[in-house]
Amino acid sequence: MLKSPEAPAAPAVTATPPGDPAITPEIGPEVLDVRALSLWYGATQALHEITLNIPDKQITAFIGPSGCGKSTLLRCFNRLNDLIDEVRIEGDILFERQSIYDPQGDVNALRKRIGMVFQKSNPFPKSIYENIAYGARIQGIKSKGRLDEIVERSLRGAALWDEVKDRLQQSALGLSGGQQQRLCIARAIAIEPEVILLDEPCSALDPIATAKIEELMLDLKRDYTLVIVTHNMQQASRISDFTAFMYLGRLIEYQETEKLFINPIKKQTEDYITGRFG
Amino acid sequence: MSTRQARRSDRLGDGLTALCGGALALNLLFVLALLAVLAVNGLGYFWQRPLVELELAGGGRVLGEVLEREAIPTSGGGAGDSGATRIRVKTGNRDLTGEDFVWIDETEIVGRQRPQDAVLLERLEWGNFHGYLVELRRGDDVLVTGADEVRQAFGPLHELKLEQREEIERLERGAIGDVNYRLEQLRLADRRLDLGGDGDPAERLRIADERRKAEAEYEALSRRLFALRDDLAAETVVLRSADGTRKELPVGYVVRAVYPNAMDTADLLRLYASRIWEFVADDPRESNTEGGIFPAIFGTVLMVFIMSFAVAPLGVLAALYLREYAKQGPLVRMVRIAVNNLAGVPSIVFGVFGLGFFVYLVGGSIDRLFYAEALPTPTFGTGGILWASLTLALLTVPVVIVATEEGLAAVPRIVREGSLALGATKWETTWRVVVPAAAPGILTGLILAMARAAGEVAPLMIVGMVKLAPALPVDAYFPYIHLERKFMHLGFHIYDVGFQSPNVEATKPLVFATALLLIGVVTLMNLVAIGVRNHLRKKYASSSV
Repeated sequence: MLKSPEAPAAPAVTATPPGDPAITPEIGPEVLDVRALSLWYGATQALHEITLNIPDKQITAFIGPSGCGKSTLLRCFNRLNDLIDEVRIEGDILFERQSIYDPQGDVNALRKRIGMVFQKSNPFPKSIYENIAYGARIQGIKSKGRLDEIVERSLRGAALWDEVKDRLQQSALGLSGGQQQRLCIARAIAIEPEVILLDEPCSALDPIATAKIEELMLDLKRDYTLVIVTHNMQQASRISDFTAFMYLGRLIEYQETEKLFINPIKKQTEDYITGRFG
Repeated sequence: MSTRQARRSDRLGDGLTALCGGALALNLLFVLALLAVLAVNGLGYFWQRPLVELELAGGGRVLGEVLEREAIPTSGGGAGDSGATRIRVKTGNRDLTGEDFVWIDETEIVGRQRPQDAVLLERLEWGNFHGYLVELRRGDDVLVTGADEVRQAFGPLHELKLEQREEIERLERGAIGDVNYRLEQLRLADRRLDLGGDGDPAERLRIADERRKAEAEYEALSRRLFALRDDLAAETVVLRSADGTRKELPVGYVVRAVYPNAMDTADLLRLYASRIWEFVADDPRESNTEGGIFPAIFGTVLMVFIMSFAVAPLGVLAALYLREYAKQGPLVRMVRIAVNNLAGVPSIVFGVFGLGFFVYLVGGSIDRLFYAEALPTPTFGTGGILWASLTLALLTVPVVIVATEEGLAAVPRIVREGSLALGATKWETTWRVVVPAAAPGILTGLILAMARAAGEVAPLMIVGMVKLAPALPVDAYFPYIHLERKFMHLGFHIYDVGFQSPNVEATKPLVFATALLLIGVVTLMNLVAIGVRNHLRKKYASSSV
């Protein structure tokens, strides 16, 4: 059941988190602008006044130990947290200068513009073709020719076409784990979003499948803005342009990836990336 | 944990495992024993035993099938001490002796033989005749005489008579049925004009004219029918029973003539198959004690079919609301408990509800609105297959709701989120992703509901099931499926044949056979549903995500 979101508490923008302010980089044109976002699950606060900008057509990675709130933050971008009862949100996120928590806004339209790939691949119990065509059908596209075109383009975009083109009508659940995850990426790009959120997309995959997905993400960067949550610091350093380190619901440091990994400013960041805790 | 403790808990575990296995084995044993009892008693009935002629000490002679032997219970209560035994013989000839079965003390039997020319005639009335062929007659003329000659002439003549009987049946059901149907339609049209008030004279004239035509047609047809019937009874076969009584019987009234003592195994098997087929495919005769049970099979299957069409959408939509849309809270929990309790309401209560609500209220209203011309004869305002199906749908809806809810709950949250993240609305997600994924679970519920409905008897007795239905609910007259008609049901047939029959002893094996058939029908329907479910599962692979 969709709950209407809490109206944003507007003046919180200038407030700084307690302790040291988060370090933030200079970025180019921004797509998403998070402003002092706090989130509570019931009485537990999961995010503490997060403020950061997501740059256009770049890969931004969120890293941090388990339970630090990076997935929660990611799910705020397409308002998937709305589905959970007793979630309360303060602060705001602007998507191309429009508040996504605007009560008048259309959450379904928002999700069509901000796609998502989940930690565990979640193909629908349908054929490969129907999985990809699903989003298009939802948008009312019925023409067979148009759907065929979308399916082929998306599968090619996700580097899966050659592997599945002969069995499009078979169940998507028959694919391997890596193929399923690429199918989910294909499904996400089939609706031509502007941003793709990836929630630990490789955590259940073997190194070869992971390499394929990483390669794919670098390809997708040309057309899409990517935000990825990952546990794997090597992965973040390999593919992302910017990296945000979060700890206990707070944004600790947000930097160009190279700077963050080679020369972190905060002690906590250094401890985490050098493996002293986490 | 010390080794001793570990060993003790191991022993306990082994014991529990054995207990569980034993419970399962016991269950299986009961089920198998039940099936075996049904199969032996039910299927044995159709097997032809030899006809034995017994010569009794008193001078009497009896010709029949020996069915069982038992020790004679002594009056003191200690059974079998005397060592004397008696046998139960199916003698037939109910019209001559008034009974089908006799018990005979074996001590009284002085002679036994299996005469090759002994004949068993299955008749349209009075059950079987056991005896010997004497002659064939037409009126007062003797056509053939002598056992062998009569037997040779009887076969072809009987074939001819069977064809004539089929013709009579075709005439009754076909042409005469058509005319009757037309007459009834005309009567209703006339009545409609009466009710309308402004009877158009031209229309009335046309109806009167048509009716005259139909009545003339009916006259001609019934003359032909009487002629055919006379023809059917023209030739008679003269028979002699074991004790010498003469009996004359029209050849056309014989269903089947069998010479059990002259048959080899292949003949017996052929006879067995043909009797089984008759049982499954024919209409019942002699107040259900003979003939087949096809109308009951048909009624049962059609009723379950209609019930499935009613219960599936009702249960699935209710479960969807409960699981996907309703705000989970104390109210929903209470509704869920209420639904589960509904499954425990005695089925007869559902029957009474069906009678009051469906038959009297809904059916009565339909009659007043749409079938006013037929009143006071009710059309839908009386028990019928539709109301019976709907009553059973109510009875089984909790099963479908519970199973569907479980199926829906098993669809992983991440799959729903995947759909929502693509911009699908809640409804689109539910309808296009969740319900297809839950389809196997939903079908499981439907399978359980069908099995329950097929075996239910009590509520049906008051909402439309009858001992003997005049016509199937499906026929060649518009609108082809007559949902208002009464119908026969295998479950009730078992009760009727077993406990309401004028000849309980003779029909006892039919109870077993019908029960076996009911189990067979339910199994068959379930297998179809399971096939569909497995197909769905395979189509979507195992989505145990």
